[in-house]
Amino acid sequence: MKEEIVIAGFGGQGVLSMGKILAYAGLMDNLEVSWMPSYGPEQRGGTANVTVILSDSRISSPVLDSYDTAVILNQQSLDKFESRVKPGGTLIYDPYGIHHAPTRTDIKVVPVEAMEATFEMKNAKTYNMILLGALLSVRPVVSFDAVIRGLRKTLPERHHHLLPLNEEALRKGMSLVEGK
Amino acid sequence: MEEVKLMKGNEAIAHAAIRYGCDGYFGYPITPQSEVLETLAELMPWETTGMVVLQAESEVAAINMVYGGAATGKAVMTSSSSPGISLKQEGISYLAASELPALILNCMRGGPGLGTIQPSQSDYFQATKGGGHGDYHLIILAPATVQEMADFVGLGFDLAFKYRTPSMILADGIVGQMMEKVVLPPQRPRRTEEQVREQCPWAACGKGTRKHRNVVTSLELDSAKMEVNNLRFQETYRRIEENEVRFEEYYTDDCEYLMVAFGSIARICLKAIEEARAAGVKIGLIRPITLWPFPKARIAELAAKTKGVLVVELNAGQMIEDVRLAINAPTPSVHHFGRMGGIVPNPGEIIDAFYSHYPEAKA
Amino acid sequence: MDFNDIIRPENKVYSRPRLLTDNITHYCPGCSHGVVHRIIAELLDEMGLEDRTIGIAPVGCAVFAYNYIDVDWIEAAHGRAPALATAASRLNPECLVFTYQGDGDLAAIGTAETIHACNRGENIVIIFINNAIYGMTGGQMAPTTLLGMKTATTPYGRRVDLNGHPLAISPLLAQLDGTCYVTRQSVHTPGAVRKAKAAIKKAFNNALEKRGTSVVEIVSTCNSGWKMTPADSNKWMAEHMFEKYPLGDLKNV
Repeated sequence: MKEEIVIAGFGGQGVLSMGKILAYAGLMDNLEVSWMPSYGPEQRGGTANVTVILSDSRISSPVLDSYDTAVILNQQSLDKFESRVKPGGTLIYDPYGIHHAPTRTDIKVVPVEAMEATFEMKNAKTYNMILLGALLSVRPVVSFDAVIRGLRKTLPERHHHLLPLNEEALRKGMSLVEGK
Repeated sequence: MEEVKLMKGNEAIAHAAIRYGCDGYFGYPITPQSEVLETLAELMPWETTGMVVLQAESEVAAINMVYGGAATGKAVMTSSSSPGISLKQEGISYLAASELPALILNCMRGGPGLGTIQPSQSDYFQATKGGGHGDYHLIILAPATVQEMADFVGLGFDLAFKYRTPSMILADGIVGQMMEKVVLPPQRPRRTEEQVREQCPWAACGKGTRKHRNVVTSLELDSAKMEVNNLRFQETYRRIEENEVRFEEYYTDDCEYLMVAFGSIARICLKAIEEARAAGVKIGLIRPITLWPFPKARIAELAAKTKGVLVVELNAGQMIEDVRLAINAPTPSVHHFGRMGGIVPNPGEIIDAFYSHYPEAKA
Repeated sequence: MDFNDIIRPENKVYSRPRLLTDNITHYCPGCSHGVVHRIIAELLDEMGLEDRTIGIAPVGCAVFAYNYIDVDWIEAAHGRAPALATAASRLNPECLVFTYQGDGDLAAIGTAETIHACNRGENIVIIFINNAIYGMTGGQMAPTTLLGMKTATTPYGRRVDLNGHPLAISPLLAQLDGTCYVTRQSVHTPGAVRKAKAAIKKAFNNALEKRGTSVVEIVSTCNSGWKMTPADSNKWMAEHMFEKYPLGDLKNV
């Protein structure tokens, strides 16, 4: 098993931390993992992306030309990564703020109304967890339990009271794509 | 059981330093390696092992703190990225000339000048050919994985103390910033004062019970004596070249072509090679782990049985000069593929570059 | 009276300090460095610090200080002595660590290292020889060179418009929270030597008691660089240098 994933959006949307939780979940499931961020001077704004590779064998390159799965959070990232999804791969994207929807037909395209869902949950910070939930539902590369344990690892202890909220967001994301 | 952790290369450096029993770290923030100092500050080793951690006023001050600490026999280190490493060259030359052990991390970014903060390997010449003034070498270790970032802290210190010369971990922004699984070395206690004095009888740490004074200096105005000093340094370098060459090979048993790459780029090459091999193209890879001493003999040996060599680097062509010197023969042909300014090529680009130089391999 | 009657121990009024080595110094006759070296050697012996002292030598005339005072030494790059001392002191807290620096080393190329070591309050002593000139390099202008003073690089005298003002750095260091003792002394008369010795002793004690950074500036002569006799140099220093660099404690907490 090997899953090559890119997550891309604006800085501050939780792109890197979503990748990190996924990587930790891989660690919990005894997979080989690599997490390679695009790092830039911006803490917020600008574009950010992270490549996460989960595999049951040694990972060679942390840098890739193409991906099994792309999770796309803004138009710039869609423009950049749509063509780089492998044929037969998956593109998950939030239509919020997307003016030109994906056009490829040789991949599975899954729109997830994650921004809308954060309004419903009345918490903008649940955004990346909703998308991660959707990813887990479409591509169950790691177990739900491993994600919860990964979350526990990445979240500082003082924020552990937020674990139930994050779990709720994950489930919300999963429910958004059920049947799609 | 060994605990497997997930962390960035820079974080692994900090953890490994504490576990090695490092006595002191002196640094100055610069992207993409600031996590080393940040992680040390968070881990507060002064409360546990007694390790000193200090944010200096500049890279110049930091390397001179390393010089001062190393002169007292302590296991001390610093880390920086390209522009900061340029500033440190004065101190590095003094460390080499005073025959002091120390560990320096350069997490390279694209230059020249202030350049970019993205990954690069354009400090190869600076690292392997001296960097500062005078005839000297550092032991240069090029990690390709987070595990090697952690492992090379101990290896770098051990070699530095064994040969009384500074070691440098020459990493890049990729291996510094990426997270991977790592098994950290076990915690060792820091050496006691008695052990430091025993291991480093030359150290200027106060005379103690010693009858004579120790002086650590790089100054020798008598040219005849200074030449003797230089001959001694060169003798050390010969011993290092004989004993400490390290490299790793992939698919070299049957290779018809050879790629040479170091650090994280070697991994991107490996993926390119694996894809090419799936199409029946027999490419092998040699990854020098020590860039100085350079694995000359093995590269020459491998090249002799291949039809062509491609050197892949994140620079305009630096290590390729050492590859050509190692081969020192009209055949096989040796080509270079490099990206600069912080651009990292993906596996597809590398294989395209390979076929552009060796189109016959495709058939 | 026989010679041997004279050299009896009870007649002895002065001897070379035990920790001053037999090496013949490279200092010019009449130079202040020799006197300051003697004071340091005497104090390290009197205070029982021989076995736990680390001296940091500068670049400049005192570059060979390690040949003359019989304790462990580290020779720094130009201006970097306070950085070396910072690490040596933090990693060897039981040791007395002092730097011995000239004006070019401390107040020009090493200004940043000096200010930040003082500001961190490193438990070290900085001995600062201010003779207003680069001695060893051949008499060029120093940051502390007085206006009008002729040097190899100000052959017509230092001018504000060309060379800027002379830098009085000790008052600047006295402002920093990390310094506990900043003083200006000289060694041109027996009385001044006694005062300088008391100041350096106080500074050494401050470091041993971990009270922060002590700076002892010694306003000094450079008769070769100034192109005067030693006696005239002392006179010129008292008449001109003390106006810009007045003696006395700038900070003593």
